[in-house]
Amino acid sequence: MIEGKVWKYADDVNTDVIFAGKYTYKPMTAAEMAEHALEDLDRTFAKGVKPGDIIVAGANFGCGSSREQAATCIKASGVAAVIAVSFSRLFFRNAINEGLAVVELASGTTMFAKDDTVKIDFERGVVTHKGKEYRFPALPKEVLAILNDGGLIPHVRKALGKA
Amino acid sequence: MGQTFAQKVLAKKAGLPRVEVGQIVDVEPDVCMSHDNTAAIAKTFAKIGVERVKNPERFVIVLDHTVPASTEEYAKGHKEIREFVAKQGIKAFYDVGVGVCHQVLPEMGYALPGRLIVGSDSHTTAYGALGAFSAGVGRSEMAALYATSRIWLKTPASFKIDVRGKLKDPVTSKDLVLRIIGDIGADGALYKSVEFAGEAIEAMSVASRLVLSNMAIEMGAKNGYCAPDKKTFAFLEPRAQAEYTPIYPDPDAEYEKVLTYDASKLGPQVAKPHTVDNVVPVEEVEGTRIDQALLGTCTNGRLEDLHAAARYLEGKTLAKGVRMIVLPASREILLDAMREGLVEVFVRAGAMVLNPGCGPCLGAHEGVLAAGEVCISTANRNFQGRMGSSEASTYLASPATVAASAVAGVITDPRKAVRGGGA
Repeated sequence: MIEGKVWKYADDVNTDVIFAGKYTYKPMTAAEMAEHALEDLDRTFAKGVKPGDIIVAGANFGCGSSREQAATCIKASGVAAVIAVSFSRLFFRNAINEGLAVVELASGTTMFAKDDTVKIDFERGVVTHKGKEYRFPALPKEVLAILNDGGLIPHVRKALGKA
Repeated sequence: MGQTFAQKVLAKKAGLPRVEVGQIVDVEPDVCMSHDNTAAIAKTFAKIGVERVKNPERFVIVLDHTVPASTEEYAKGHKEIREFVAKQGIKAFYDVGVGVCHQVLPEMGYALPGRLIVGSDSHTTAYGALGAFSAGVGRSEMAALYATSRIWLKTPASFKIDVRGKLKDPVTSKDLVLRIIGDIGADGALYKSVEFAGEAIEAMSVASRLVLSNMAIEMGAKNGYCAPDKKTFAFLEPRAQAEYTPIYPDPDAEYEKVLTYDASKLGPQVAKPHTVDNVVPVEEVEGTRIDQALLGTCTNGRLEDLHAAARYLEGKTLAKGVRMIVLPASREILLDAMREGLVEVFVRAGAMVLNPGCGPCLGAHEGVLAAGEVCISTANRNFQGRMGSSEASTYLASPATVAASAVAGVITDPRKAVRGGGA
């Protein structure tokens, strides 16, 4: 169960505005990536985000490039989960692989506004907002196993007996 | 009920008689591609604690994104990659100057019909043009593939895009794919396997099909397939690295959606800033001032694209104040372009012909934009900030539209521009 404050964005938030191409081949730590998170979408985000905050967006969140830093920088910024109507498949995979929770709320996210408080119950598959409950589908077991291990690298280490 | 291309490939790779849409399979890709991001991937691989790459013969690494290195940091990354491939015995390594990965893999015969290919680059969908199932993955996934050779994939539902009629010169596959993306949106084919079919696709060259499959990701697709045919086999004949077995969808395969287009009714299209699905007929943006024109990249940097552009540039000079960059997709293409006189046409017109690479497309180097500047480009993305300043604008179009615009200094309908007989 997590509870956090909402940062609200629209449809088609692409990877270039989440983490710009000019940074993608520069070696950076996750904390340095977090300083550039959402730089070309919302200049107030990187400075204002608090641990446990939740990003809520429309359809096709994370479209564009395969760059994993789009998920890494959000995770490192302290964001606990991203809720969207849908995700690009690459962002979805990268988020799981980085251990960042993603919630697909296909019914819509227009009722959420910036600074609202939302609760996510992963066990029950329910998002609670202003007293109302919205259901989301559970992740497939193969995918959930990766997320529960903290991401793909810890998951593979465990599978190979390296953990 | 028959099966789609995606179902048939994934069933074959999973060793199952058939797979259903939504079914998750654990598979071993035939080819795994990475580029300059291999430096970061190698570091992640080291964290797994496995010494040796499993099956190094399945990995292809191409340096193309920041080539030749423009900063000390990029140079360090390239050096680390050279050391990594030497240590791990990865023979399919293409150093700076060979070309852009999405041209090198088809050209060097790794992208083959029926193969399952993954790449740590979103435009990995390109190899679907040769009949492969080909999808992008992330960096952690590529590191995990070094260790295990395996990946999970979900069997996608499929769309069929049936394109009837003939494209009318100078309209090309770029105009067609922009129109489709404009119609269905950047998430119009999210998670889907897209099969391009019909008379217009059959009439296309392999180079033209590569544009469609390359840009399938821009409609959200997992892969973009074109049925392999005589042209595919002829292209691969001197190149194929291995025997291959083409896979075709069953005639009674089930599609979630079938879209139909009439190619003969299509005119030149332009994607306006700052999304690829913001597409209008060229007439709606005619007269828009430009500062830079970019011809080439993995999207439209093939010989036929350079020919299409040269028809508008031969004997002309760029409009005052306009700079033009030409980025051939590979060394082979650059050599052909030199042999056929195209490089001279571009240079005489005032364009700068650069080494094959990705360069300005992702704003890494070689022609980034300042605030307030406008670029018309044959590349595949126009996101805000991608080519440099977040206050710059990029329009996407075909090589013909880009070249005609570079001569005029404003976005121009290539049907109205004066052109020569072809260089």
